[in-house]
Amino acid sequence: MFNLMIRICLLLGVCSTLQAKDIIHTEKSLYRNISVVKEDSLLCLVFETRKDNPPYQTCVDETDKKRLVFSYTKLVLSGLLYKPEADHILVIGLGGGTLPMTLKELLPEAKITSVEIDPSVTKIARQYFDYQEDDRIDTVTQDGRLFIKRAALNNKQYDWIILDAFNGDYIPEHLMTQEFLQEVKQVLTDDGIVTANTFSESKLYAYESATYQSVFGDFYNVKRRNTGNRIVLATNNKSLKPLPVIKQNAEKWQTAFDVFGVDSDWIYHRFTPEKDWDENSEILTDQYAPVNLLKND
Amino acid sequence: MAPYFGGSIYVWGSIITIFMLALSFGYLMGGRWSIKSPNNLKYGSLFIISGLLLLPMILFGENIMQWIFERFEDPRYGSLLGASGLFLLPTLVMGMIAPYSVRLLVISAEHSGQTAGFLYFVSTIGSALGTILTSFYLVLWFEINVILWVIFATFIACGSSAILRHLYLDPKHV
Repeated sequence: MFNLMIRICLLLGVCSTLQAKDIIHTEKSLYRNISVVKEDSLLCLVFETRKDNPPYQTCVDETDKKRLVFSYTKLVLSGLLYKPEADHILVIGLGGGTLPMTLKELLPEAKITSVEIDPSVTKIARQYFDYQEDDRIDTVTQDGRLFIKRAALNNKQYDWIILDAFNGDYIPEHLMTQEFLQEVKQVLTDDGIVTANTFSESKLYAYESATYQSVFGDFYNVKRRNTGNRIVLATNNKSLKPLPVIKQNAEKWQTAFDVFGVDSDWIYHRFTPEKDWDENSEILTDQYAPVNLLKND
Repeated sequence: MAPYFGGSIYVWGSIITIFMLALSFGYLMGGRWSIKSPNNLKYGSLFIISGLLLLPMILFGENIMQWIFERFEDPRYGSLLGASGLFLLPTLVMGMIAPYSVRLLVISAEHSGQTAGFLYFVSTIGSALGTILTSFYLVLWFEINVILWVIFATFIACGSSAILRHLYLDPKHV
């Protein structure tokens, strides 16, 4: 019987959708369809906006729960290679909550605030991905820009701000503009850093890079070749720490990262200060931010 | 709106609510105002006033938003107030234009349905074209304020032509 099914699905070319993939939970939230999918030992969060193979937001390996499955999540840890101490961390965009949970363990002193616009995402992170608030982790249900603007008004400061709100098919353009990045800069401590998980292809790459450059000056790109993602690592300092310092820090983190299946030396080799975009590119502002149109160009 | 109140669902709710509210009262007032001696001078002035009411949004939009942002913690009421501050008055007066147009164009009761139908057609298809053009292309080519200035200029031009027509072409009633 099963053989017959495989044959039919081969015939129809839809096997990938039948391949040991179980949908554990689906939910329509205010903003999107969310599902939790189990594939072999991986439990994954999916923001379902298209039918065929929608991208996974977060995955947890049930046989090794601490292992970071996605390389972009690993690359966000580049922040620790650049600045090994952080007391106050702000994470914009929760997903499954893997990043806050990982950072909580890596930095025993740190207080982490996660900001997530969609209450259903937070609920699912708690229910399926072991995301847990406590005296060191809290979650705020709010738009990221609004949170940062309000934080600036109240003179709050963070050592490390992680922008990870760009995973869906629709990019929130007000989290990409020059004005927004200036607000981010306002709530950074003097030697604070930003790591933004953003795009490395389409026209958007140049626009976005030019916008970061205009606010923070030179920054590091942390990226793998031929993937759609890159991490922008920018700092509130005028000058960037040189690569040898980062290499030293990478060595210090080696054992601590092991638990999470991350090779800090591998992250170190993904750092590049190279300006490989058109530096005359226009800048994204609140007045001009057609990012969703640029992304498809 | 997004820089101050974000892209949450209630921001969209606020904007749509304020537009609908302003249009509905605009329709009511425009219809009422059209009863007594309608003419192109009054008609044109509706366009001019709409245009002028866009100016605060273009010139002081950010200050208005910042003022509201500092005073209202709750993003729902903040965005509702923000949308009111930006859009309520211009949209109200723009809403008055439609029934006033009906009054000016209707010749007989027999044709009133046809005239009203035609006006609905023009105004709704205009909204559709404006929406698709703006969201597909204009935001890629221009800054938002440039687009608003063009709308402002269009309103002033339409209003002026109606007023000129009243002064020089319309039969004078003594």
